[in-house]
Amino acid sequence: MFVRLSAAIAAVSLLGSAAFAQGAKPTDPQIAHIAYTAGAIDIAAAKLALTKTGNKDIKAFAEDMVRDHEAVNKQALALVKKLNVTPEDNDTSKTLSKNAADKLAELGKLKGAEFDKAYVANEVAYHKAVDSALETTLIPNASNAELKSLLQTGLKIFQGHEQHAEHVAAGLK
Amino acid sequence: MTPRWMLPIVAALLLGASIPAHAATLQITMENLVFAPAEASAKVGDTIEWINKDIFAHTATARNGDWDVTMPPKKTVTLVLKKPGTIEYYCRFHPNMKATLNVAP
Repeated sequence: MFVRLSAAIAAVSLLGSAAFAQGAKPTDPQIAHIAYTAGAIDIAAAKLALTKTGNKDIKAFAEDMVRDHEAVNKQALALVKKLNVTPEDNDTSKTLSKNAADKLAELGKLKGAEFDKAYVANEVAYHKAVDSALETTLIPNASNAELKSLLQTGLKIFQGHEQHAEHVAAGLK
Repeated sequence: MTPRWMLPIVAALLLGASIPAHAATLQITMENLVFAPAEASAKVGDTIEWINKDIFAHTATARNGDWDVTMPPKKTVTLVLKKPGTIEYYCRFHPNMKATLNVAP
């Protein structure tokens, strides 16, 4: 399953070379860490967009990303606390963070319409990759019912984000 | 002769009866990114209780601009209906959430 996650993530430019434990299934503490990291990455990108964009659709989109991903992550933290689980760092989280830092630096150099286009294109690709990882790896491997349910809520909301990002992207052309 | 202990009850019943029948309260919930019921009917003067059960903030935004209510996560917000019409509404934050409210005069 981890291999499929790696394939999905490697498929987008954001994430590039992935280093995964081949064939290993993620555990709940690892899944919680991956999901939280994926959310934090999108919040950081949205916050960058809010400082750079002059486009009102992108601003509204970025505000939605901060609001929703912060809500999911807040719930995730409350859940791991309740379950007495310590999120466990892992190669998937490390790869996500490393590639996100690179992408953020790349976006940081762009300006105006160029930035807007690159940010939204990345949001489409990123949500696609995360949705696919949730569907094929994280949700099926989550053993705790509450964690699984939170990931399912996450998937539903992130699918909406993907459509929203596609809509914003189409409006830029 | 009405026994004294019954007086508050009688008074309550009379007061209750004096509330106009049309001022009803209708509950519409938001749960797992869905408005329920998806189609509801009410009258001008009725109150809508918007019950947000999600961890996300939502809005109930009338497409015709009549109202725009924001519900923080896990909170209930009320709205008194002032204008009649068949109102299509959605959540501005999650535009896949759509529903209809029929407001009779």
